[in-house]
Amino acid sequence: MPLSDYLQHLDHLRQFTQTVSQELVAWSAPEKRATLLERVAKEASEGASEFLAPLLDGSWRTPPDEVERRIRHLLDAKSLSEFGTDPFGYAPDSIRSVLPLLEFLHRVWFRAEVHDVHRVPAGRCLVIANHSGQLPFDGAVIGGALLLDRDPPRMPRSMVEKFATGLPLTGTWFLRWGQVTGLPDNCRRLLDNDECVLVFPEGARGISKPFRERYKMTAFGHGFLRLALETNTPIVPVAVVGAEEQTINLYDVKVLAKLLHMPACPVTPLMPLLGPLAMLPAPVKYRVYFGEPLRFEGDANDDEAVIAPKVATVRAAIQAMLERGLAERRGWYI
Amino acid sequence: MAKKRTLAVVTGISGRLGQLLVRRLHRLEGWQVIGIDRRAFGRRPADVEHLRIDIRRKACEDLFRTHRVDVVFHLGLMHDPRKDTGEHHTWNILGTQQILEFAQRHGVPKVVILSTGDVYGPQSDNPAFISEDAPLMAAQRFPAMRDLIAVDMYAQSFFWKFPEIETVVLRPVHILGGVRNAASNYLRLPRLPVLFGFDPMVQVLHEEDAVSAIQMAARPGVRGVFNVTGPQALPLRKLVEVAGKPTIELPHVVLPGLLHRMFQFRFAEFPAAELDYIRYAATLDGSRAQDVLRWQPRYGVRDAVRAALRADVFDGAVPERTPGSIR
Repeated sequence: MPLSDYLQHLDHLRQFTQTVSQELVAWSAPEKRATLLERVAKEASEGASEFLAPLLDGSWRTPPDEVERRIRHLLDAKSLSEFGTDPFGYAPDSIRSVLPLLEFLHRVWFRAEVHDVHRVPAGRCLVIANHSGQLPFDGAVIGGALLLDRDPPRMPRSMVEKFATGLPLTGTWFLRWGQVTGLPDNCRRLLDNDECVLVFPEGARGISKPFRERYKMTAFGHGFLRLALETNTPIVPVAVVGAEEQTINLYDVKVLAKLLHMPACPVTPLMPLLGPLAMLPAPVKYRVYFGEPLRFEGDANDDEAVIAPKVATVRAAIQAMLERGLAERRGWYI
Repeated sequence: MAKKRTLAVVTGISGRLGQLLVRRLHRLEGWQVIGIDRRAFGRRPADVEHLRIDIRRKACEDLFRTHRVDVVFHLGLMHDPRKDTGEHHTWNILGTQQILEFAQRHGVPKVVILSTGDVYGPQSDNPAFISEDAPLMAAQRFPAMRDLIAVDMYAQSFFWKFPEIETVVLRPVHILGGVRNAASNYLRLPRLPVLFGFDPMVQVLHEEDAVSAIQMAARPGVRGVFNVTGPQALPLRKLVEVAGKPTIELPHVVLPGLLHRMFQFRFAEFPAAELDYIRYAATLDGSRAQDVLRWQPRYGVRDAVRAALRADVFDGAVPERTPGSIR
């Protein structure tokens, strides 16, 4: 490693320890300590009752005939072969077995509060959302909203990081569940096929950002907007509030990530205790806001300077909904 | 005097596809056919000529000097990682170069080259529809693919250099049938190896469909590169299910290194790099062949698998021992 890299890492580490000590000092002030305790008590009791209620009355499970109706709707797609998959490897039938897990995450673990999911139109559309939480549970919850809360259901075809689709088991499962390797050509073909494509334009940068930068969206890629112009697709902006707190990334060990060929290698507070299990999400409460569809016109091959303001419009729409969500919520868990 | 019959030269005529092609051209279309292959031609129709020589030999040129050839079908490419790499390389590259040179020098108006869809190479970040202008990446992880890529590229440059010749390059997906290729051989194994946690999408093509694409490529006016795809892609494990055979789940973590050593010492039947074909997908976009070539597959996945598992596999061609190959 060159000396400059080494010094840079040391500097990151120094900044990080500084932030942690500042936070600790701030929270240990007596008046802060009291409100903190109060907050913890309140969130624990309210959160727990909200967590337990659907489990106790069984309302977290969709009735079997309703599940059947929704799956049949997904199976109605014209691109399925006699072997039950589309050319991308999506097998709607495989959703049946994973649905209980999705329902559990959506209705119990994250208790997702979904606003205006019916703004997602029929026909081709691009769902554009902020990305956060270290592991892509935000994608799962958006999927839950579109599959469980929207009627008729839609399967979001997410553009997934190339790294993830190459992994054993998870890579194959992702493809069977309708997720697609994130390539412009794949996206274009799905939109031409009138599918609903989910894109996180912040990509890996967004999902693995450190805790101190929560709810500050990183730069958006421009590819999605060019594809929307090219295929004349409406864009539905989506804001996800809550995911930032599910896994707290204190520090991203870039050297280790590089070594393991991973996009990021975050260190979380519980890692010394739980090891890699600390990457699993805390039962935070999700709030998902679907915005009005946005339509753009223009040349898909225009200069960055022309595309950038359009991307900024989408980003601003998400930013506004993020702020609304942050104002509405009373805590991480309620 | 009767109208001159169309004369086709077919390299690799003793192979399964060569024989199927001859059957169509000769019996159904009434064409005159001359084959070049150093292997014996099992059930050769009486008036099909067979030059039993190596395509690298200069003597092949005589055929073009003495006849007015209308079409050259170049099917005689070799892909067998067990063979000596030098032999493999010169056979494919020099053989192709020579055949194309003769065709150009003696004014053959049409050349059809049977490349392979394997030139793109399986990778986790392949698009679901690989089009003809995608880069040929197969050699990145599988060096034995280098000469097949070189042949394909050579054919493409020939296409640009000699616009007066209609050059067609066909890149079919895995052909199933009485052929001896990796995909058909795979399905004929008593237990089919699959990799734990992987289930790539695969595309197969019935041998008869492959041959009709080759035949249609010979029509006047058709030129360029075509992916040839059969029925819609399906997961590998579904294909195995169709074949009705048991599987062996292999862990990918330790396997490549082990297999590489075993193959070096000839304990393994296939090189480790071939594992990528049951690990990642390389599915092609066949729309150009369907739009421009006006070719449509007629057989489904089940027919293709049945054709590979049929008994009359080693029809005709007698495998040849060559000095360079180790068996």
